Amino acid sequence: MYHRPAMRRVYLDHSATSPALQEVVQAVREVLEHVHGNPASLHRLGLEAERVLQASRQTVAAALGANPEEVVFTSGGTEANNLAVFGTVWARRKPHVVVSSFEHSSVLEPVRRLREQGVEVDFCSVDREGFVRLDALADLLRPHTALVSVMLVNNEVGTVQPVAEVARLLDEAQERWGRRPLLHTDAVQAFAHVPFRVGDLRADLLTVSAHKLGGPKGVGALYVRRGVRLQPLILGGDQERGLRGGTPNLAGIAGFSAAVRFWERAGDGLRARLRELWHRLRQALEPLGGLRWNTPSDALRTAPHILNVSVPGVRGEVLVHRLEREGVYVSTGSACHSRKSRPSHVLLAMGRSEQEASSAVRVSLGPDTTEEDVANAAEAFRVSLEDLRFLVPS
Amino acid sequence: MERVVLVRYGEIGLKGANRPAFVAQLYRNLRRALPGVTVENRFDHLVLRDADAPWVLEQLRRTFGVTSSSPALEVAADLDAMEAAARTLLAQRGCKPGTTFKVETQRRDKSFPLTSPEVDRELGRRLQAHFPGLRARMKDPQVCVRVDIRQHAYVYTEVHPGPGGLPVGTGGRAVALLSGGIDSPVAIWMVAKRGVEVTPLHFHAPPFTSERSKEKVVRLVEVLSEWCGPMELWVVPFAHVQRAIRERLPEPLWTVAMRRVMIRVAEHVAERVRAAALVTGESLGQVASQTLEALAAIGAATRLPVLRPLVGLDKLEITALAQRIGTYEISVLPYEDCCTLFVPRRPRTRPSLQEADEAETGLDVQALVEEALAGVEVIAARSPAPVKA
Repeated sequence: MYHRPAMRRVYLDHSATSPALQEVVQAVREVLEHVHGNPASLHRLGLEAERVLQASRQTVAAALGANPEEVVFTSGGTEANNLAVFGTVWARRKPHVVVSSFEHSSVLEPVRRLREQGVEVDFCSVDREGFVRLDALADLLRPHTALVSVMLVNNEVGTVQPVAEVARLLDEAQERWGRRPLLHTDAVQAFAHVPFRVGDLRADLLTVSAHKLGGPKGVGALYVRRGVRLQPLILGGDQERGLRGGTPNLAGIAGFSAAVRFWERAGDGLRARLRELWHRLRQALEPLGGLRWNTPSDALRTAPHILNVSVPGVRGEVLVHRLEREGVYVSTGSACHSRKSRPSHVLLAMGRSEQEASSAVRVSLGPDTTEEDVANAAEAFRVSLEDLRFLVPS
Repeated sequence: MERVVLVRYGEIGLKGANRPAFVAQLYRNLRRALPGVTVENRFDHLVLRDADAPWVLEQLRRTFGVTSSSPALEVAADLDAMEAAARTLLAQRGCKPGTTFKVETQRRDKSFPLTSPEVDRELGRRLQAHFPGLRARMKDPQVCVRVDIRQHAYVYTEVHPGPGGLPVGTGGRAVALLSGGIDSPVAIWMVAKRGVEVTPLHFHAPPFTSERSKEKVVRLVEVLSEWCGPMELWVVPFAHVQRAIRERLPEPLWTVAMRRVMIRVAEHVAERVRAAALVTGESLGQVASQTLEALAAIGAATRLPVLRPLVGLDKLEITALAQRIGTYEISVLPYEDCCTLFVPRRPRTRPSLQEADEAETGLDVQALVEEALAGVEVIAARSPAPVKA
């Protein structure tokens, strides 16, 4: 057999999905086992279920700095992003939409669909470091701009976007034209990893997802600031203030809430530790040579858990599979892309060449990552690159 | 009155002294593919009992050697019983007024008192009396009630075409190179159709190809085994060969050199499974490396015949076949197959045999082949159990 014997698994793909935390598993189990009611039912069991839902909503809202009624639970980040984009546009006449060109595809695909349907859409460029260009964004604003969407942390390279600065541009638009576009930010990769409050960002809409922080897959939320009008995507029941029909995924929501509580409790220490490991990994990889960093080294403007690097000449998926043989699990770009053989749209937007963009891997750390994991990962990179160096034309 | 399925075979009926062996193989293949069904071997056809289910007909469409099949009613060889059977079938179909029909009798048992045309007329008359809306028409009727009179009589209205060909297992064994693409599964299907048992061989090249691409090949073999019977997929590691070729050989010759090593590995596998030929999905001129010169240089790497059943087909014809076989949807899944990373920018389209031979002096071919064979993994693949309604 050519497969090596099992070794310790070093899972460094937390940005794709992070393993469920123990207390999340317990919370989900607890609800499945003991909470049978539908929150919409009139009887006592319905009330019990509703209490679980309310408590979870409060927990998530508090972590966002929002009011509970401003949190709309969804089936995940993708649905929340779809709801933010379609929900805004459908509720307005002749809207103009601006998004950054390296948003997640759950923002990009909806706006592309809207553009096909005749909605005016502009894509804002990003700089080589991986930050949205505020000057370009200012130029794209129009009197009838209804929605601006800029993600808080880019999911492939981990850069923290100047969302509060974007809000300031929207103030100027309001002064000039008397109308203020809504500000949406996709905070799926930011939540829990980069502290923020919706009030400081002054976002009107904000997307989060449970399974990037150790919660269950299949649950997320959209923060909808009080007073913001949206059209629902899913009709058929007045759950979630009429913004999302359907019986809520109560067990998932309770698990989400448990994950949020974990990060509320342990977050400060964890974030510091992730950053420390992030620095270590970066330093350990540096001497390998031939690497091109796609994540800037500035700790103030990057998330503490994402590192993206290109090895020109070695395709990302080949390095992923090679590292897998050393027991190290990373990804090419974002997980949603990794099955397509297309170069990352994020890196292309950042001005990387096709070759650089298709030779990138993303390493993302999580709560269970240890110093030893980082050392093993660095060694695995060294061994793998030595092995694959023959692919790089000298 | 018993519901049975008649299974006809054509070509193998012609095979003289081999005939009993061919029919016996078809019999075995059907028994294996149709669990729970009783198969009876008659003089020139097979009768299936406990076979009244759609999945049985579906399997008969995929069993080589079968030319056609018909769900039929088996009754005593007398007119009243035949009439009752025909009435049952017609009632099932729901004959609207104006439906055109005819009766077509074949009398294999010549002791039956009426001639075939006489049976046609008499049964036709009785059916019309019972279903007044029926209109007789000899040319292209909507319903043809067929009656086979043997020891018993078989009455049926449907004839489902089978795939034809010869029963798998009557033609010896071949080892087939199976990539994840569209062509090679079709090539396997074509030789299996001529009765050949196939051992598929896949070259797996981690980390250049993923675990998913191997799973894709397993799924292809599962679909193929609905036609070819259970198969053993041989998976051979190949990354070390690609690496060696890439490091040591001039770029234009990468493709031909790689194919030649694959052929050598296949020859060794053939020896182990006692196969008498190799099969590839190569066609002529589809890609630059599939020139006559390239095929000659590749074929020279083995003493076994290399069958290339797709050689005369266009891409569109191959695609249509893959769709019929059921492999197309799997083949077009986007995981990379083994070769994409090692495609030279400008392959030599007409490599001479001498060139290919000389290039290989830079490689320890034997060691590469041995290393590949040392890493063999054999995966038994069978078709998913039929959905029995």
